[in-house]
Amino acid sequence: MPAFILLTVFTAIRILGRNRLRASLTMLGIVIGVGAVIAMVSIGEGAKAVVAQRVASMGTNVIIILPGSITAGGVHGGQGSAVTLTVSDGLDLKRRVPLLRETGWAKREMMQIVNGNRNWYGLVNGISPSYLTIRDWSYTSGGPFTQLDVDMAARVALVGQTVVENLIDLGEEPVGAVIRIKNVPFRVIGVLAPKGQSAQGYDQDDIIFIPFSTAERKVFGTQFLGSVGALFASTERMEDLDPAASQIREALRLRHRLQPDQEDDFTIRTQVDIGKVQEGTSETLTVMLFAIASVSLLVGGIGIMNILLVSVTERTREIGLRMAVGAKRRHILMQFLIEAMTLSLVGGCIGILVGVLGARLTTVIAGWPTIISGNTIAAAFFFSVAVGLFFGLYPANRAARLNPIDALRYE
Amino acid sequence: MSYPLGSEVVNAARLEVVDYSDCSWAESGGSNGGDRGLLSLPIVVSGCHEFLDAGSCMMAPFLRCEGLWKIYRLGDVEVEALRGLDLSIEQGEFVAIIGASGSGKSTLMNILGCLDQPTRGGYWLKGIDVAALRADELADVRNRQIGFVFQSFNLIPRTSALENAQLPLFYRGLPLREQRASAMMALARVGLQGREQHYPSQLSGGQQQRVAIARALVTEPSLLLADEPTGNLDTGSSREIMMILERLNREQGITIILVTHEADVAAYAEREVVLKDGRVLTDRSTNPGLSLSPKEA
Repeated sequence: MPAFILLTVFTAIRILGRNRLRASLTMLGIVIGVGAVIAMVSIGEGAKAVVAQRVASMGTNVIIILPGSITAGGVHGGQGSAVTLTVSDGLDLKRRVPLLRETGWAKREMMQIVNGNRNWYGLVNGISPSYLTIRDWSYTSGGPFTQLDVDMAARVALVGQTVVENLIDLGEEPVGAVIRIKNVPFRVIGVLAPKGQSAQGYDQDDIIFIPFSTAERKVFGTQFLGSVGALFASTERMEDLDPAASQIREALRLRHRLQPDQEDDFTIRTQVDIGKVQEGTSETLTVMLFAIASVSLLVGGIGIMNILLVSVTERTREIGLRMAVGAKRRHILMQFLIEAMTLSLVGGCIGILVGVLGARLTTVIAGWPTIISGNTIAAAFFFSVAVGLFFGLYPANRAARLNPIDALRYE
Repeated sequence: MSYPLGSEVVNAARLEVVDYSDCSWAESGGSNGGDRGLLSLPIVVSGCHEFLDAGSCMMAPFLRCEGLWKIYRLGDVEVEALRGLDLSIEQGEFVAIIGASGSGKSTLMNILGCLDQPTRGGYWLKGIDVAALRADELADVRNRQIGFVFQSFNLIPRTSALENAQLPLFYRGLPLREQRASAMMALARVGLQGREQHYPSQLSGGQQQRVAIARALVTEPSLLLADEPTGNLDTGSSREIMMILERLNREQGITIILVTHEADVAAYAEREVVLKDGRVLTDRSTNPGLSLSPKEA
């Protein structure tokens, strides 16, 4: 039987080779279908990977607590408009919620920064040192500031890559440079490793970190001492995120003396929540692209079925003859199935090449990231075989069910 | 007689022909009728032709049809193509079946060729009860016992003569090399050596029919069914084909059943069975010596 299959495959290739144009046009449907599936899934996977990387760039197992909005006479302000979160909230949470590995806080403001004859308008963050570890920042040169710097309200700064590019002359060593924020001189003690875009799409490298105390007292000019822009926390394990979040909520409600009927005056977001929202979007995209591409695969399959039905009719006498000289039904069935599968497989393989090429071109031309995974290729291969098998079955069965006498005499 | 008959390995025992002829093949092949008496089956076959002696009639014939009925249903109308036909043919015979259209020739051919099953009645080929076989078993019988030659050649287009000839062996599952070797030999037997790679479209009608004969021969069948084999050929090619068939019958003892409506083609056969209305009308032997000197066209 395996020898029979092998010979049938050769025969099928030859039979298809006799009618090259027809075979190519039939395969075209599968080529386009498989090519589209591969290209689209690659684009979708690429988008997903970017999102995942952006979410990961937030840090590891991060919880963000934002102040709530103020409501004045029924008019809601925006989120974070109220000053309901404080440094002492952060310190207290660390004590009350044992699941938390660390808590940190930050306060940010856009400010003009000057270095010699250059200046830049950047986001200045006053932070606790723990913030740096929660958000997983690392350094290309220099290093972080310490609790001592915070206690002393030292005028030291960490700068992101974008800030370095815009503020520091080429060739100049950023670490040790003195920059001015609101006319206060700061010594750069570290350059942050680039993180790229955030999950929300802003440039995370356009950033300056200074000690929280320094920011509060010497730069921002805060109305309420100890108020923060946001609290940050992290847990050891990802599974702890949700329980930690609810414990934080309880602790904060207690501290803020909120009545049961009162709304939270803060919002808690975990990294998983943010990731889910973002990944959900790209997941939808991938599924949609896949669905569209599958339709063309389906159309390709119908094309194969169509041409095989034509072929069965055209070759009715041949089928009759094959039966007369001893072909059994299963031989005829196999012959046409193998022809269908040869069409879909060859089409599928060309489609894989086209799809990979298409994905590459998308990256090169449009600059979209694409990921061509082995799984995608394997799935496309499997699908093209399945399409051949599925759409070949009907015509092949029709051929195999022919009555040899009628087939032989068919005009 | 320019066609080489490559296979000299004709089994003498298979040349179990009745010794009513004094042709030279009978001496060279050796007529072996000795075992007939041993197979004394109590079957009285109707249609047993007159020149066979009683001993021959008593043995199980090579091919036997008994009370064959074939009824087709065309809508509400029932068509009785065969109506209790009886026929028996011995190994090595060359039989022409003739009859007007509608006499049941084609239906009989289909049943004899194991392409179709009778509605009623029995058909035994070499002792095999064909009427009891399933579709796949019929395919096996066709593959191993029967060679077909059709009026319209039925070669697979755009496929070389060699591949056409090896087709039956393909379904027998033989290794490719053996298929090729046998097909080459079969083509040589019909005088087509050197044309193995030609496509049907590159061959004349007579040559195409010879490829078809090679295809029928490649399995070393015991029965060759020729359905109007010269119907699409000119007189010259017809004579070529008939001479090949005649020699296959004489020199290799292949039983041949020929369906035709042309009297001069039927004349090559040694026995003529005339069908009418689904029954045998006449069944007579013709002088085989006549066909040795082909008639003028």
